[in-house]
Amino acid sequence: MLRRRAFPAWIPTALVAIFVYLAVVYAKSSDLITTYWYQVIQLAALTAVSALGLNLIYGFNGQFSLGHVGFYAIGAYGSALITKDFLTKWSGNEVGSLSWIIAGQAGILVALLLAGALRVGSVWKRARAYLETGLKRHEALVLAALVGVILLAAVVALSAIATWVLEKGLVVILQNTVLKLPEALAQNVIFLLALVNGGTVAALVAYLVGLPLLRLGSDYFGIATLGFAIMVYTALQNSDTVIATMKGARGMVAIPRWTTWPWVYGGLVVCLVIMRNLIYSSHGRAVTSVREDEIAAKTMGIDVAQLKTLAFSVGGFFAGVAGGLYAHLYGFLHPSSFNVIRGFDPLIIIVFGGLGSMTGTLVASVMFALVIEGLRVVLPQGFEDWRFVIYPIILLLVMLLRQQGLLGTSEWGWLRPPLSPERDIPVPARAPRSRIAAEAEEA
Amino acid sequence: MTKPLQLVFRATFWLVVAVLAAALVWLLSYLVGLNGPVYFLQAIIDGARLGFVYALIALGYTMVYGIVRLINFAHGDVFMVGSFASFYAISQYGWGFIPAILFSMLVCMSLNVVIERVAYKPLRNAPRIAALITAIGVSFFLEYFTALKWVFGADFITYKRPFPVDVWNVGGVLISNITVIIIVITVLLLVVLQYIIGRTRVGKAMRATALDKPTSRLMGINVDGIISLTFALGAALAGAGGVLYAIAFPQIWTFMGVMPGLKAFVAAVLGGIGSIPGAFVGSLLMGEIDVLVVSFVPMGSRLRDLFAFFILIIVFLVKPTGIFGEPEVEKV
Repeated sequence: MLRRRAFPAWIPTALVAIFVYLAVVYAKSSDLITTYWYQVIQLAALTAVSALGLNLIYGFNGQFSLGHVGFYAIGAYGSALITKDFLTKWSGNEVGSLSWIIAGQAGILVALLLAGALRVGSVWKRARAYLETGLKRHEALVLAALVGVILLAAVVALSAIATWVLEKGLVVILQNTVLKLPEALAQNVIFLLALVNGGTVAALVAYLVGLPLLRLGSDYFGIATLGFAIMVYTALQNSDTVIATMKGARGMVAIPRWTTWPWVYGGLVVCLVIMRNLIYSSHGRAVTSVREDEIAAKTMGIDVAQLKTLAFSVGGFFAGVAGGLYAHLYGFLHPSSFNVIRGFDPLIIIVFGGLGSMTGTLVASVMFALVIEGLRVVLPQGFEDWRFVIYPIILLLVMLLRQQGLLGTSEWGWLRPPLSPERDIPVPARAPRSRIAAEAEEA
Repeated sequence: MTKPLQLVFRATFWLVVAVLAAALVWLLSYLVGLNGPVYFLQAIIDGARLGFVYALIALGYTMVYGIVRLINFAHGDVFMVGSFASFYAISQYGWGFIPAILFSMLVCMSLNVVIERVAYKPLRNAPRIAALITAIGVSFFLEYFTALKWVFGADFITYKRPFPVDVWNVGGVLISNITVIIIVITVLLLVVLQYIIGRTRVGKAMRATALDKPTSRLMGINVDGIISLTFALGAALAGAGGVLYAIAFPQIWTFMGVMPGLKAFVAAVLGGIGSIPGAFVGSLLMGEIDVLVVSFVPMGSRLRDLFAFFILIIVFLVKPTGIFGEPEVEKV
């Protein structure tokens, strides 16, 4: 069926986007909304960024992750460390944790590249195959493991050296660039660096966690990532023993409150553009094919493992950026904001909005914030405790009445699958029936 | 591979084994020597006590998962309701221990059957994630509804034990009658459960339903009834677990179900979800890990969750479907 559009789909979408932005700016400047609601709107938008990440992982790539809140927390604490150090140390021309965070990431990248170049995985296997020609199986296994451990240790040592050297260089570079800027500009540059680094640290952790775990079957992967989230939570509660400024269970205070509506909205738009363009690229179609049928994707020559880690890392990146925005919204971080119960929020949002629908995630994030915060306003005095009694009832009713979520898998405007330029047919971004639904029928 | 090379490699192998064994022996002797063997044995016994309670919760998870492939996140909260039911039975009405435990089993059974009918049954043919989200919703509802002032209240409540605590000193190791009661009741319930599942007609129907629902229906099995029964059985065990947990750790509040629930669920997965012996072994392991970490690792009481889930991930990497789990078969 031919589907011709009268004019490019991005025009009405861009108009709506600009309208939403200006509406909030206007409402704030003319005091139509209180500061409290202004923050709620920002919270909704940054939750949408994190939920989009999870939608990429679960909705589009089909990997049932319960650990998204872990990446959110890593992004939040990582970026808060950077900006807090900026406030306290930079007047003395000190760089603080920024250089260490960047150098550490670079070090891990060096390690990954080295491990790839040295082919640690295949050396281990080849050593085992060779040893098995003359030795018993268990003997070969242990010796090959020894080879692998030695190689890994070498890689880790090299990357540690790389980190150390890079950090020294970075300090000099940063002292001569960012520190020389006028303070207002430096603040923005640092905030941007902090957000991006929060995202990349989360993405890197997601990559490292996903590498071994993504082999697991769907529910087992969910449990393993849940375990990861609880591990992050416990580590954060005891973080003060390693890094004093993180304050552990007492909560990290005095983080600069730099998050404003333009920052949040900008972050949302950038992430949405990245995600939309990723999903409708050939990589994105491969990502969705993994969700539909892993075996079929494999037989088509798709590197399933690579695409899973890709989606998982990009999703983690979004969560990290959202966490950074969250940290600088209230200026206060406490591990309990990242516990298991809060960890279900992004999952609830994406299922509520429709798995595999970006529009649905956006709508659901706003509605989620409205329900949670609106109940605070609607409920009479003395009934505040009822907020979390009514919220699950709403959740139950929505799930019972609309199992596929508010929007199912439909999209709106520019977020819809683009037309292929050669053939005038929509790029197939999804099969009519998702694998998740098919699984339910089988069961 | 030449002969001398083979000898060299073999020697290296034994060297590695010797080093590893020496390290293990050193670690064990260090741990035992740290506070004496009595302390170690005490930790093992306390771990078993916790593990047996976990087992009661884990069985409910594993049975429900085995039959409807649903992670019933509300199970931990049913366990909490069991604690509170027995608390009221004991402290308000002055019931004895056995009536209280039976009462809370009954309360949990009816509660779980109602939950199943209202929240899960309408979603039986929906995507699995929808039922999971409603399970999370039910969990929130139970936690926050019971935390209301006129239900259970949001405060910690001290649980009054229905019997005096006796502690026996067996060669320095302290064994209280609580430990004995927990182990006896858990084993009793496990035997009953094994009998129901393995020896009765209903049990056969449950196994058939877990294996293949449409075929079971064709064979004349009332699948919906069997599913309700599974939920009821799981809840009965959770109710008993709630009472025993409250007796062992007499501080109850409405969020007490979250962490034991998660731990028990992870224990069920550790043992291989869907497998009843697996759930039992996994729970014992989980209890031991919890207590051993608290007893021996520096800052252990604060890091115990970290260790528990770290070990879960390690087990997953070695055996992706748990200790007793059957490997997943990919069919084309």
